[in-house]
Amino acid sequence: MSESESILRGHFRDLPQQRATATLGMWIFMATEIMFFGGLFLTYTVNRAAYPGIFAEASHHLNVVLGTVNTAVLICSSMTMAMAVYCSHKGRQKALSIYLILTMILGLGFLGIKAAEWTEHFQHHLVPGFNFQFSPAAAAGPAQLYFSLYFAMTGMHALHMIIGLGILTFLLIESFRARYTPEYNTPVELSGIYWHFVDIIWIYLFPLLYLIDIHK
Amino acid sequence: MSSSAQTLALPRKNYLNEGYGVKSWLLTTDHKRIALLYLVVVTFFFFVGGFFAVLIRINLLTPAGTFVSAETYNRLFTMHGITMVFFFLIPSIPAVLGNFLIPMMIGARDLAFPRLNLLSWYIYVAGGLFTLYSQLAGGVDTGWTFYTPLSSVYANGHVVAAALGIFITGFSSILTGLNFIVTIHTMRAPGMTWFRLPLFVWTHYATSVIFILGTPVIAIAIALVAMERIFHIGFFNPAWGGDPILFQHLFWFYSHPAVYIMILPAMGVVSEIVPTFARKRLFGYHFVAAASFGIAVIGFLVWGHHMFVSSESVYSAMSFSFLSYLVAIPSAVKVFNWMATLYKGSVSYQTPMLYAMGFIGLFVIGGLTGLFLACLGMDVHVHDTYFVIAHFHYIMVGGAVMGYMGGLHYWWPKISGRLYSESLAKFAALVLFVGFNLTFFPQFVLGYMGMPRRYHSYPPEFQVLNVMSTAGASILGIGYLLPMAYFIWSMRYGPIAGPNPWPATGLEWQTSSPPPPENFEVTPVVTWEPYDFSGRPDLMAELAAQARAERPVSEGQ
Repeated sequence: MSESESILRGHFRDLPQQRATATLGMWIFMATEIMFFGGLFLTYTVNRAAYPGIFAEASHHLNVVLGTVNTAVLICSSMTMAMAVYCSHKGRQKALSIYLILTMILGLGFLGIKAAEWTEHFQHHLVPGFNFQFSPAAAAGPAQLYFSLYFAMTGMHALHMIIGLGILTFLLIESFRARYTPEYNTPVELSGIYWHFVDIIWIYLFPLLYLIDIHK
Repeated sequence: MSSSAQTLALPRKNYLNEGYGVKSWLLTTDHKRIALLYLVVVTFFFFVGGFFAVLIRINLLTPAGTFVSAETYNRLFTMHGITMVFFFLIPSIPAVLGNFLIPMMIGARDLAFPRLNLLSWYIYVAGGLFTLYSQLAGGVDTGWTFYTPLSSVYANGHVVAAALGIFITGFSSILTGLNFIVTIHTMRAPGMTWFRLPLFVWTHYATSVIFILGTPVIAIAIALVAMERIFHIGFFNPAWGGDPILFQHLFWFYSHPAVYIMILPAMGVVSEIVPTFARKRLFGYHFVAAASFGIAVIGFLVWGHHMFVSSESVYSAMSFSFLSYLVAIPSAVKVFNWMATLYKGSVSYQTPMLYAMGFIGLFVIGGLTGLFLACLGMDVHVHDTYFVIAHFHYIMVGGAVMGYMGGLHYWWPKISGRLYSESLAKFAALVLFVGFNLTFFPQFVLGYMGMPRRYHSYPPEFQVLNVMSTAGASILGIGYLLPMAYFIWSMRYGPIAGPNPWPATGLEWQTSSPPPPENFEVTPVVTWEPYDFSGRPDLMAELAAQARAERPVSEGQ
């Protein structure tokens, strides 16, 4: 089929090789992402071990309600993404496009709530480097560390989400052209891997940042 | 003269004449052209880094060291280190030789992700430009190690620009490593099983694992330094509640494996050259392949040996010391296997073999002195002295750069289709070897006698050895300039090489020189073991013909 011929890139023998190559590439990329975020998680761990009380105190300044809503939003977006991948396997073009749109809406919702949270932090002088204030004053140094890590980690996560939204936009446009069929759905599947990874990062970030000593 | 030599001509259609013009080069996805793009930029940065080294050595001619100010001297050694480590040593063999050869060695048409390959080159150039800007704007004085809080708080210099340049270039490494790993897994020709792969491919796989797992960590480390510098956050600054040792851990967690990134590809080159010029199978193939991974894995466990005097706990230090001794074992396995390959081989001393033998000798010296440094008590004495500098230059220059030069000479006929002047090349190799040892051996003595590193001046009793070192550096420079000249000359006037001038086993030698754009006219099907000289009567006949002519083919038709 000429459609298959245009999908197969010149340096590959056949479609199965192309698919195996692309899939392995995405998983290796995931390994690099884990090491990348891992450096931040290590820094967080070291600093939290050094200042457990102040980290807990600073954590209580975060909006746990919004954080929980965001967690639910992202988990739902992973479900819609998984549904999108399933539809691409089954050749259900319209459903694929709908699920992609739903995933994007949920992703945008997450970013919107994050923006609202960050605005709130800015108004409460909790952004390091921008008139940071924390009481008691003696705890201000470690608290600034906590918030630096908070903004660095959620910021890095948000950046990955924005990139993910860009990828989903591309997928959406291609899905309108009925590009993804049971024979060729690798881009959807690999984007699903990426999206789930971004979700999992947030699953770790949420308790580490929002739920320190939450029961106290 | 062998009969094949009389009919040698450049192949009609090859990757060099397939399309002319700037666009066909800057928008290429052909791994061979991308390798040459890398060659040009890597060579440029080599001379930039070398320029800084020249100024350092001139300053160290006199004890007072007044050729440049102390402040400028700090910037010189910093920029020398950054340029050489991140923009020359780390990319050199993988991005030039790896990119060119790996698809050919496994019988593929290209790497797994050709467009990512081109992107990695652009990212490398972008990062290099950022760092070049920081250098032209006055430079950085923190040392290439960016220790905090000097780099993150107190330094007057373009720390953020330099850090950004390194951050960006890191992604080039990551993409290259990703490309290599996936390619080696999925793009092998039929019959090319794992244990038929050339050792060059094995070592590049191991190197790529380090690229993938290590580079992101230094990216974060540098990003945190930049954040501390811009936003005054106390990650690493004790006055602001931070921990400078945290930076050292994050930095060295990558930067130690980075040195294995620099040496493993060179070991791969040597593993290709030695069997060819001994006309004998590599001894202990499986052990050498496994040793590559041993080095990569253990290499991730030893970073603390850079921190023995940074208030590391004695128990940590002992563990890191023990593991550092352990990593010498796979390295030694490789050296012994190369020696065993030579034993009862039919050895000839063409230029690539001279570089390979130089590598083995100088790597042994560098490696053994590494053991001295891994010994806790000894390290306390020589840490931050010229002993350390001599140690790593023996490995990086005597090892990695000689491996790079050997590889360039070995595969130049394949890359360009031409032969260089063998006598001039042998002379240059000798000049390089003499210049290198004259430059760096005195530094072992200087370091042991107590001359500290990163100081623009020194006590007068150290002057003689410093003058020797500078003299050696000038000879070393000639050794590097000569190949540039004769390689360029050979591209126009060199005798035509033919597909397999040495001759060697390996798939890359079974296609024309220069290769066609798709590497192989017909996808090869592999049924033979690697380095199988005895199973190749055609190669043995070629060697016999060369012997009858009483000169190797590389000395002209």
